[in-house]
Amino acid sequence: MSREKILAAVKKNQFTSTALPDLEILSALTATSDNLVQQYTGVASAGGCFVYEVNDLEAIKDILRKEFKPGVKIISGIQGLDEYTYAGNVMQESSHSFADAELTILASNLGVAENGALWLTENQMNIRILPFISQHLAVVIGKDAFVPTMAQAYAQIGNADYGYGAFISGPSKTADIEQSLVIGAHGPRSLSVFILIQPLLKYII
Amino acid sequence: MSNATGKSHPQLAAVFNQDEPRVDWHDETLWWIRQKRDVQAHKLPEWELLRETASQIKNNVLSNLSTYLEQFEANAINNGVIVHWAADAKEHNQIVHQLLQERGINRMVKSKSMLTEECHLNEYLKEQGIDVIDSDLGERIVQLANEPPSHIVLPCIHKKKEEIGDIFHEHLGSAKGESDPKILTETARQHLREVFLTRRAALTGVNFAIAETGEFVICTNEGNADMGAHLAEIHIASMGIEKIIPERKHLGVFLRLLTRSATGQPITTYSSHYKKPQEDTAIHIIIVDNGRSIQLGREDFRNSLKCIRCGACMNTCPVYRKSGGHSYHTAVAGPIGSILAPNLDMKKYADLPFASTLCGSCSNVCPVKIDIHDQLYKWRQVIVKEGYSPASKTIAMKAMAFTLSSPGLYRSGGKMGRLVFKYAPFAVNNGLNPWYKHREMPKAPEESFGEWYSKRKEGKQ
Repeated sequence: MSREKILAAVKKNQFTSTALPDLEILSALTATSDNLVQQYTGVASAGGCFVYEVNDLEAIKDILRKEFKPGVKIISGIQGLDEYTYAGNVMQESSHSFADAELTILASNLGVAENGALWLTENQMNIRILPFISQHLAVVIGKDAFVPTMAQAYAQIGNADYGYGAFISGPSKTADIEQSLVIGAHGPRSLSVFILIQPLLKYII
Repeated sequence: MSNATGKSHPQLAAVFNQDEPRVDWHDETLWWIRQKRDVQAHKLPEWELLRETASQIKNNVLSNLSTYLEQFEANAINNGVIVHWAADAKEHNQIVHQLLQERGINRMVKSKSMLTEECHLNEYLKEQGIDVIDSDLGERIVQLANEPPSHIVLPCIHKKKEEIGDIFHEHLGSAKGESDPKILTETARQHLREVFLTRRAALTGVNFAIAETGEFVICTNEGNADMGAHLAEIHIASMGIEKIIPERKHLGVFLRLLTRSATGQPITTYSSHYKKPQEDTAIHIIIVDNGRSIQLGREDFRNSLKCIRCGACMNTCPVYRKSGGHSYHTAVAGPIGSILAPNLDMKKYADLPFASTLCGSCSNVCPVKIDIHDQLYKWRQVIVKEGYSPASKTIAMKAMAFTLSSPGLYRSGGKMGRLVFKYAPFAVNNGLNPWYKHREMPKAPEESFGEWYSKRKEGKQ
């Protein structure tokens, strides 16, 4: 069997064991709590995101009302945004049925200032395809949910169990044609990020 | 690309070099990406420590690979994922085919995987009557053009937008003469959305596989891997044995390095962590060796297995930028490809380690600190010893060795050379002398150092 063959060949050819390096220095060097929201906003905006700081969910609704026509399919993973279809109620539908979703709104509890990445697990997505298949994506995150770098992000994720999780840092994009940046490759054509001044926990689950 | 034409790197580069403005454009585009990489790297004061840490993690991986592979397999199985092992390209392709056959599937969508290029999966499946559509925009373009990717991160970096417009007009029905990247991308979006929604099988590559958790990570900007995988009933993920990293927290090192080095972005749009299959769907992982365990046993070259496929060594390489990816006639082009390919077939790829100036720029930008240019130099020695060196170099080297071994011949040869340069420059300044290409031959001095020195000595006496 190939499994045994491969493992035997690897075992024979691998060399004397070397220790794993200490990651603590990198974590310590990058640890800071200064201006994380400001840094995140700068990086995310440069990456094509629309970043809003908002007081509450009402403010989000106001912005979305201006951006999206009434009647379009909007799915929300946040219960407090109850005028939209709640993702938790449509989890039994096939992934393909969301092909006509105009906007999906999801929550994140972890944002990374250095690169604009927002961590979402399957729990927050409800359905894995949602943040990819929608024409537009919005993510709601609390202002205290930011860490400086990926080092702190993985420290926070720790050994959490999930079926699927993703860092999402902007709208879907490509520069495959002559290195010209085009927003909206296969996934969302825009990513709006709402940074809530109040803790987000109040609104989810 | 299989070297169907049997042409070597210099011959293929000569074809690419016929269009000088295009060479300049290719060169400048890639250098621009290299500069974007520099901007990102210089923003992080800890950059060098990050590189060193990544390199050390990979050292540990390569020295414990069998244990990590078993650990990864056990955890993946525990997560409900099905694991296959393939000793070579053929076995990999057969496993993919069998998985599709079992489900009666004859159409598949595929996101970027250089491993499947290495295995020539598309060609194999086509022969079996299975239609594969590449979903990364750049890969779709080269697929429609019936070409292999010319760069591991930027598959159609060699193509002008007007050429892409022509391809899309022919295959996807865009307006004739349309070359606006926005409109062409939208055309591909509409076309591929229909593909994502109708394919029951999706194949993806793997950027990192985590032994500790059994999950694997895929990085894209377009979201094409996720669109394919989440809409399919079977997700096949192909990975080389060297994609393993020990723990989840190590992603906090590699994801900081990968995209900064690749395209000069701080991170890709999507870094997707696949751990368990969705309800009613299956995830299959194929762990592929295909020569990697042999490379692991080559002490001088095993570090090449640290590669995370960012492409930084290509963007910075003066030879790659001016000869184009296709001149390397292998799936992974550029400096890293030139140290990986001879392991697979030393004779077929004997020319590649010579496609370098050994300037060392590749080693300087490599995020996992592979000693690329040293390995290129070492491969040259192995290839010459094994008798695979290119014929022109062999003859020249033999003549050189003969001349250098005899002081008399050396002196008369030198004199002859100076006379030729002085009185018959056309004898060397012509197309028969490969060294003359793109170079003016130097003006010869009147006398050699040896002659000058003995004259000087005589004068003193």
